[in-house]
Amino acid sequence: MDKFEIVNLSRRDFLKAGAGLTLGIVAPGAFAQGGPGQAGGTAVAAGAFAPNAFVLIGSDNAVTVIVKHLEMGQGTYTGLPTLVAEELDADWSQIRVEGAPADASRYNNLFFGQMQGTGGSTALANSYEQMRKAGAAARAMLVSAAAERWNVGPESITVARGVVTHQPSDRKATFGQLAADVAKLPVPQEVKLKDAKDFVYIGRRAPRTDARAKSTGTAVFTQDVKLPGMLTALVAHPPRFGAKVKSFDAAGAKAVKGVVDVVAIPQGVAVLANDFWSAKKGRDALGVDWDETEAFKLGSNEIMAEYKRLAATPGLPARREGDVGAAFASAARTLEAAYEFPYLAHACMEPMNCVVQLAADGCEIWNGEQFQSIDQGAVALALGLKPEQVKLNMLYAGGSFGRRANPHADYVVEAAAIAKATGGRAPVKLVWTREDDMRAGYYRPMYFHTLKAGLDAQGNIVAWQHRIVGQSILAGTAFEGMMVKDGVDATSVEGAANLPYAIPNLGVELHSPKMGVPVQWWRSVGSTHTAFSTETFLDELAAAARKDPYQLRRTLLAKHPRHRAALELAATEADWTLPLQPIRSGDRRGRGIAVHESFNTVVAQVAEVTVRPDGEFRVDRVMCAVDCGVAVNPDVIRAQMESGIAYGLTAAKYGAITLKDGAVEQSNFHDYMPLRLAEMPRVGVYIVRSAEKPTGVGEPSTPVIAPAVANAIFAATGKRVRSLPIKI
Amino acid sequence: MITLNVNGKRMQTDADPDTPLLWVLRDHLYMTGTKYGCGMALCGACTVHLNGEPARSCSTTVGAAAKRQITTIEGIGATKEGKAVQEAWIANDVPQCGYCQSGQIMSAAALLAKVKRPTDAEVEAAMSGNVCRCGTYNRIRAAIRAAARNVK
Repeated sequence: MDKFEIVNLSRRDFLKAGAGLTLGIVAPGAFAQGGPGQAGGTAVAAGAFAPNAFVLIGSDNAVTVIVKHLEMGQGTYTGLPTLVAEELDADWSQIRVEGAPADASRYNNLFFGQMQGTGGSTALANSYEQMRKAGAAARAMLVSAAAERWNVGPESITVARGVVTHQPSDRKATFGQLAADVAKLPVPQEVKLKDAKDFVYIGRRAPRTDARAKSTGTAVFTQDVKLPGMLTALVAHPPRFGAKVKSFDAAGAKAVKGVVDVVAIPQGVAVLANDFWSAKKGRDALGVDWDETEAFKLGSNEIMAEYKRLAATPGLPARREGDVGAAFASAARTLEAAYEFPYLAHACMEPMNCVVQLAADGCEIWNGEQFQSIDQGAVALALGLKPEQVKLNMLYAGGSFGRRANPHADYVVEAAAIAKATGGRAPVKLVWTREDDMRAGYYRPMYFHTLKAGLDAQGNIVAWQHRIVGQSILAGTAFEGMMVKDGVDATSVEGAANLPYAIPNLGVELHSPKMGVPVQWWRSVGSTHTAFSTETFLDELAAAARKDPYQLRRTLLAKHPRHRAALELAATEADWTLPLQPIRSGDRRGRGIAVHESFNTVVAQVAEVTVRPDGEFRVDRVMCAVDCGVAVNPDVIRAQMESGIAYGLTAAKYGAITLKDGAVEQSNFHDYMPLRLAEMPRVGVYIVRSAEKPTGVGEPSTPVIAPAVANAIFAATGKRVRSLPIKI
Repeated sequence: MITLNVNGKRMQTDADPDTPLLWVLRDHLYMTGTKYGCGMALCGACTVHLNGEPARSCSTTVGAAAKRQITTIEGIGATKEGKAVQEAWIANDVPQCGYCQSGQIMSAAALLAKVKRPTDAEVEAAMSGNVCRCGTYNRIRAAIRAAARNVK
């Protein structure tokens, strides 16, 4: 276990070793709905066998797991192989990982229908049975091969840690020694999965398969791809969304040493050079005149003013329970609050980039590939190809947080457009600088919320009205038909429309104004704003009713045992009832609690905050409880809870993309600040024991930290935070 | 031609002297472990050592680096601190997306080469220039502590 090392198989070596097998074994057109049950045929080549599209066992004893999801940090290259290793009874040291090719017939996300892609914290959840069945099928075949070779009954054979054993005759074989025999066997149609009590990997720590490559600089990201003759392209984008190129003067750019070409593309003007720095200097020397007649020219303040105007009018109903109007009329008292949220950039460490090579019969792309079906379709459209002619190589992504699953395939199409504009004479690597990335749009939308609640004479919440104003993420995308119902974009109201608290009269309404700013999902999507407004407003109601905010939540969650269990665990671990002592005089300290469900995972957090006399605050400690079903990789879960807290806290403290006359004001990490090491709170993660199917962990920690911190600031100072980023 | 000393090896490049060292390493010498993140010395993804001192290669010209010993992530494992840091990173499962980790490791290795048992404040100061958007900071702290114990 300690010596585990991931071998960075090149795509070419892998294809040599096994592509014929994997292709040969899955019936054409059969969607991989759970693995071996859908598979047919037999493996044909000697020396290696692939019982299904997900597992390849070589005569060298390596077990290669084909992972259909993007590894962007969340740990899927560890989580999915854990499932295979568990049912295969492999030794963790023999596991290798290979990213799946684009082929939705085998590698579709089972939660996305026939689409291949990673997102919505679904990777492990949708793969849980599929990958286990894949491992179990391979194990059954190894047992059959050994039984035949040793002429014994299969029931007398055991498999453990990569060794197949016949105990009575003391015979043993490795997977590699059996691979050639196994290749002749049929793939079993039915397999039995282990009982949870027999798990040896699930629920225990499995070292990350990518840790060594990522600690030695050998992991290959898109930024690192180098193809023979490849050119690097930088693009001059319009200064405002919706502007177009009027004219450009390429002379200055072409005079720069190393610059090879300058071409207009629909997205702007591309400068191609032998290397990045030449392309950068070339772009700096480029003169572009922009046509801004169609450009978006509003500033953030004007957008917010428009949202506030809309919020004074009824929106489309997203949820209606009881009689909200009557309940307010009979309420003893009414409380109201309004909340403002800015645009947010994803700001992945690896700015967007993409490598494209055109060929006579299609094109090949290297990318931190998150949304294969969308990208294939969009690139095919841009290049006049069929989607299956777009070959995608999924590389490690230097973060995504939603960004690389762009419903319009924006930067991938941009790279393809450059390759097309240059006639495909050389492979092209599109590189966005940090400034390009920061200003390219596809932000978490701005939102404005109003909340109003009615309390009866005893302080019980009898009425709740929530109105949300902000751009629809899904309007105009392939998902609109599926996820926008009666004008309500599910991603705008998630976390608000499914508020779990027992409130008898409850209304949630939505306005989705159109703005010319490209928007997109951002780690935890709707919950990034709905968790904040609902969890801080509930805290206000607790204070107004002189109730303990933790106990009020417990009471209102009586019918939601998962929420309640997570809440209780976080509160217990945080010693909720013990008073907090300031460490320095003049400091004020406070503890805040929040609980929220997103992507079927419930997270509760207690944040402890110190507010200094000058209004600066730091988050000292966060106790985080999570219910994500079976904890397949507890350490990956811990890492994702920590990660979500850091990401959410960054946005809470600093995150704001602002527009002035339509132009984005931020450009780099000095004015779009990230959290740094000294600001990271201590984090304790506590996992609720569960036997339910696993649910996602990549996103659900993110939305909980900002309301927990805001509630802690109230506890410390008596001041409510109603606008993000936090200013005290 | 500019002659460089990278990880103890003599290398030559015909890049202009004002080219950032980062792009010479990546595009001319094909050493891609050192990453581009911001181009303004704000994120630390491009951190290398010049004569043992951490430096942001995106904001250091190749001309300025020519007379110094350059160490990159590809070579840091040859030092005892670098080796200990890398092994601690792996043992603590520090990386998530991994893109910033070359720079984090270079900053941590430079710290341990100078201070055998750094305090929390010294760790915070040494690592303040390195951004991790995945938020692996607590594991970075733990790994630096472990590496400090393990440097032979």
